[in-house]
Amino acid sequence: MIINHPLLGPRDAQEFVYLGDAGLIDRPDVMSETALDEFHDYLYLRNNPAGTHKELWFHEQGDRSWLVVTRNMTTHEITHVELASEYAKHRGRDR
Amino acid sequence: MSQKNRLNGGLIDRGDPLDFTFDGKSYTGYSGDTLASALLANDFRLMGRSFKYHRPRGVFTAGSEEPNALVELRSGARREPNTRATVAELYDGLDSRSQNRFPSLRFDLQAINDRLSTFLSAGFYYKTFMWPAAFWEKVYEPFIRRAAGLGRLSMEEDPDNYDKGFLHCDLLIIGAGPCGLAAALTAGRAGAEIILADEDFLMGGRLLAERSLFSDQDNSEWAAKVISELRSLPNVRLMTRTTVFGQYDHGVFGAAERVSDHIAVPAPHKPRQILWRIYTKRALLAAGATERPIAFDNNDRPGIMLAGALRAYANRWAVTVAKDVVVFTNNDDGHRTARDLKAKGVNIAALVDCRADAPLSNDFEILRGAEVIDSSGRLGLKSVKVRLEDRSVREIACGAIGIAGGWNPNVHLTCHKRGRPVWNADISAFVSAPNDDPALRGAGAAAGIFSTHGALQSGIKSSVEALNDLGMTATPPPLPEAEDTPIKIAPFWHVKDSKCRAWLDLQNDVTIKDIKLAHQEGFKSVEHVKRYTTLGMATDQGKTANIGALAILAELEGKSIPDVGTTIFRPPYTPVTIGAFAGRSRGKEFRPYRLTPSHKWAEEQGAIFVEAGSWLRAQWFPIEGETHWRQSVDREVIAVRNSVGICDVTTLGKIDVQGSDAAEFLNHIYCNGFAKLPVGKTHYGLMLREDGFAMDDGTTARLAEDHFVVTTTTANAVSVFRHMEFCRQCLWPGLDVQLISTTEAWAQFAVAGPDSRKLLQKIIDPTHDISNEAFPYMACGKITVCGGLRARLFRISFSGELAFEIAVPTRYGDALIRRLIEMGKEYDVAPYGTEALGVLRVEKGHAAGNELNGQSTAAMLGMARMVSQNKDSIGRVLAARPYLQREDDHRLIGLAPVDSKQTILAGAHLMNKGDTATAVNDQGWVTSAAYSPHVGSSIGLAFLKKGDQRLGEVIRMTSPLDGIDIDVTVTSPHFIDPEGERLRV
Amino acid sequence: MSDQLLAPLIALGKGAPVIETIGGITICENPDFAIASIAVRNGREKDIQTSLLPVIGRDLPGPGRAVLAGETSAIWIGSGQWFLLAPLGTHPDYACELKDILTDTASVTEQTDGWVVFDITGHNLIPLLERLCDLNSKTLTAGDATRCLIEHLGCLIICRESGRNFTLLGPRSSAVSLHHTLVTAAHSVA
Repeated sequence: MIINHPLLGPRDAQEFVYLGDAGLIDRPDVMSETALDEFHDYLYLRNNPAGTHKELWFHEQGDRSWLVVTRNMTTHEITHVELASEYAKHRGRDR
Repeated sequence: MSQKNRLNGGLIDRGDPLDFTFDGKSYTGYSGDTLASALLANDFRLMGRSFKYHRPRGVFTAGSEEPNALVELRSGARREPNTRATVAELYDGLDSRSQNRFPSLRFDLQAINDRLSTFLSAGFYYKTFMWPAAFWEKVYEPFIRRAAGLGRLSMEEDPDNYDKGFLHCDLLIIGAGPCGLAAALTAGRAGAEIILADEDFLMGGRLLAERSLFSDQDNSEWAAKVISELRSLPNVRLMTRTTVFGQYDHGVFGAAERVSDHIAVPAPHKPRQILWRIYTKRALLAAGATERPIAFDNNDRPGIMLAGALRAYANRWAVTVAKDVVVFTNNDDGHRTARDLKAKGVNIAALVDCRADAPLSNDFEILRGAEVIDSSGRLGLKSVKVRLEDRSVREIACGAIGIAGGWNPNVHLTCHKRGRPVWNADISAFVSAPNDDPALRGAGAAAGIFSTHGALQSGIKSSVEALNDLGMTATPPPLPEAEDTPIKIAPFWHVKDSKCRAWLDLQNDVTIKDIKLAHQEGFKSVEHVKRYTTLGMATDQGKTANIGALAILAELEGKSIPDVGTTIFRPPYTPVTIGAFAGRSRGKEFRPYRLTPSHKWAEEQGAIFVEAGSWLRAQWFPIEGETHWRQSVDREVIAVRNSVGICDVTTLGKIDVQGSDAAEFLNHIYCNGFAKLPVGKTHYGLMLREDGFAMDDGTTARLAEDHFVVTTTTANAVSVFRHMEFCRQCLWPGLDVQLISTTEAWAQFAVAGPDSRKLLQKIIDPTHDISNEAFPYMACGKITVCGGLRARLFRISFSGELAFEIAVPTRYGDALIRRLIEMGKEYDVAPYGTEALGVLRVEKGHAAGNELNGQSTAAMLGMARMVSQNKDSIGRVLAARPYLQREDDHRLIGLAPVDSKQTILAGAHLMNKGDTATAVNDQGWVTSAAYSPHVGSSIGLAFLKKGDQRLGEVIRMTSPLDGIDIDVTVTSPHFIDPEGERLRV
Repeated sequence: MSDQLLAPLIALGKGAPVIETIGGITICENPDFAIASIAVRNGREKDIQTSLLPVIGRDLPGPGRAVLAGETSAIWIGSGQWFLLAPLGTHPDYACELKDILTDTASVTEQTDGWVVFDITGHNLIPLLERLCDLNSKTLTAGDATRCLIEHLGCLIICRESGRNFTLLGPRSSAVSLHHTLVTAAHSVA
């Protein structure tokens, strides 16, 4: 597969390490009263749809950026790639 | 007789005769021949024996779809089995043999299988080798192993090299026939970066195998002209002998280039083959079509071939298979074969056309509405029986028959990404679905466009479209006027009411009967029939077989062929040698090594090395008189305990963490606190995964308010860095923190033992005070050594002794260890390797990889209280799950044998006295074991249920596999200095 | 006390840099670079550009690019991260030198000894690069610089002249393996 890196352009997926569901960015609040349940769901209930999916890839043999890749899991078509740090900030992770 | 079957003309160089051998005898062919064409020229029809029944077989095709003529090439270590003679380019001195026969090709003892065919029908493996179970090892397996496979492996290491490479282009054109050449000319003149690849050693495809395709010029000469122009264009890369074998996602294609297969021995340093990974924006599949046979009884004799192949041998290689030839066809293309052979002076004994309205000819007899129903000739075709339109049977003597059942577009590559072909009734064949994938367009015959004119126009059109996709424009080049014969075909797959065996899959010996039997036994899905009968599962993937079987299934099911469906084509298109996939990664070069800064020095000392990941580390340093590794390791351990030892610990991961929020960041990734660590101090850190289990551990030094150096275990250096970047970019992207690995930049040595300070004082510049008061346990700092060289010093200990780790820029590591050893002579300094390092840490009770194996919690490691509840750290929440906090969980303890002569064994399990050794009674397991010179016996670390409450208890260590069951005493994991006094002197 | 200076050992471990000429390709170990990484602190992008302007003579390069001006080179290695290269002889403690210039605008890390550097020159290096890495080497022009994977090793390749002059940085501990790979590939295409 080819991942169109937002800074470096198209790069072979061989250069990347795969992590999975980008939902891992939405880490629950440790201080929440229901933190245990929330962390359980956060860690163990990950999406794996037969369709479009946002997932995390690490450009280990490149610029060491984590990317959020929007990919169709049945066709492998990649429709969007963005820097995970930007994505995370948009999701409200500002610390 | 020499080249008895050679005709005039052809694209061979009669001025360049080539000598070759087949089964030990010498023959002559010409440059431009394949092994198959040269053997045919020398009147060979018999070339091999079939897989299951050992039936005599000859060449069936003129290309890579060949199921029958599999031979061994070359000898010695270069012996290569199962190569198709039809694609083996002839060279001077080629040494070839038939295979799957004993004692000889003409007389094969295993041909007895042919008589036993009733027992070897579809699914016979499943039926025959079922019971009794005891027969498996002694009877069935040896039998299958002897019978299985065709050619023999050399059993020697391949002496040749294989390369890998990467290519990029705008347009990849697969196949250099009329369509591919027209496409390449169009795109090449338009300036696009193109690659034109063809599996043949000569480009041109059917332009080389046909005659009179163009009205105004010779078709093979036109091909040569186009290729010559393409070769002159800098933006065009022509790749002959290159099979594009697979299509992968996003425009990635795999191709195997046979660089040196057409010469006896590759030139020095040159590869035999190159595996190319081709990245292209657009691709055209101009791979042509494969002719298909019509099944009839005994349709597998040498001399029975595809009609288009007979034509190709005559036109391109100037070879006829026999003097008298019959053609059996269901379409007009069969007539072309008869005409071309006739034009070359070959006698057409008859043309048998199953269509009642077949065209007639004045040049040869045409039997309309007739069928070939049987053949005879044990080692080669002698005659065929033809059932005429009036049902009477006529026997016709002939040495070869060309079967023309129509052509199947080569859609294989379009299916590699799950594209499903669709049925085209006009040509009675599957074609790739239109616009299935704009990245790979089918064109020409591969798209079901069979006339030369159609193929040329399709090449141009597809090329223009592909370039338009990329925002480029192209002008169609002028092309010669070419034949545009319409396809006239009457679907006809096999002769009905077969009396004996009619073959579908020649390589795997699957007959019509086998398909019927499989169907009768309930295997109705095409995928099931394939696996049950093995149809299409040979090295040719059923290129000439599958469609016939689909037709029969369709008849049995009362469905149409498209309703039966197809099996899925998968890469590779044709077999690719394993060596090409391995490339240079074999033997010692399987993976790159990492060498420590002291490697050169350690080699000089005669160190024994061990692979630790990709690092080569000194395992121990034997000295004169030591004959057993334990002697060396014990001595090294004692040196550390009694005086001083030195170990290269560069391999530990070192990650530079800087930024105004660096301390907060470390608070997040470690379960214990770092914010309050003063500058100039080092702290042990335990990293948890989010699920609460331990991930890694190490020490972290604070070099400045905003600067830390984190160390990781050697094994986890890469994954911990990745995890830290995840935390930094995905979880806390607002923190001001920057990470970079510095593992390689510093040579780091552990200097451990009571004399370590004295030794270091001899090399550290006197301005730096490293006394216990000025530089206490866990201190760290920047220093200079040996007259001003900058260095870092950490007072940390993995051994439990007074110890330091000293780091200098890597290029000084070699000189530093030499200096330390030199200066340490007065203290009997000893270098120590990873074995002694392991013994020392087991004696001290430090957890390492064996304990941090992904299944251990902080509580199990005795570090529950380290998990800070005052901050947000990875793993904190889930580590608090009740199950992970349970009282009766395993705890890290030490073990010593009751009888000090006994040995603790890592991996052994722990049982209570009196219990039977079963999983239910399991109390825990031994994680690490070593002989401890300090204790004077074997010792171990283990996880034991409620272990921390059982110190002093005698339990059992069992390993039923090793027949071991001994009494052991539960101890503290700290066999040495449990109070830590030695560390602090 | 020791008063004898320690002698450095270069990455391939020979007494002098190894130079191999194979066909038209020269592969030369170059131990004369001081290397430091800089990473911009939050919100200090402008400050770091200002501080480094006198050093590299222009702005820091963007993704996939290097500034190869004078004796100092700057190479983009990641978001907000660069490698700076300078002659080792005149910059023996380069990280420290840069930290003095950049102060709290950037994190600076010593990298000199993390890398082995090979200068690769020849009249046409494309066939060599095609056997080594997945980059579209034909399109690399002077000033292009990017990480790539060569025989399982993460390397940094810098184009000094299209098709003819490249500098390759590879992990120092694997210098011997990387050199073997380069030489083998050069023989293969020579």
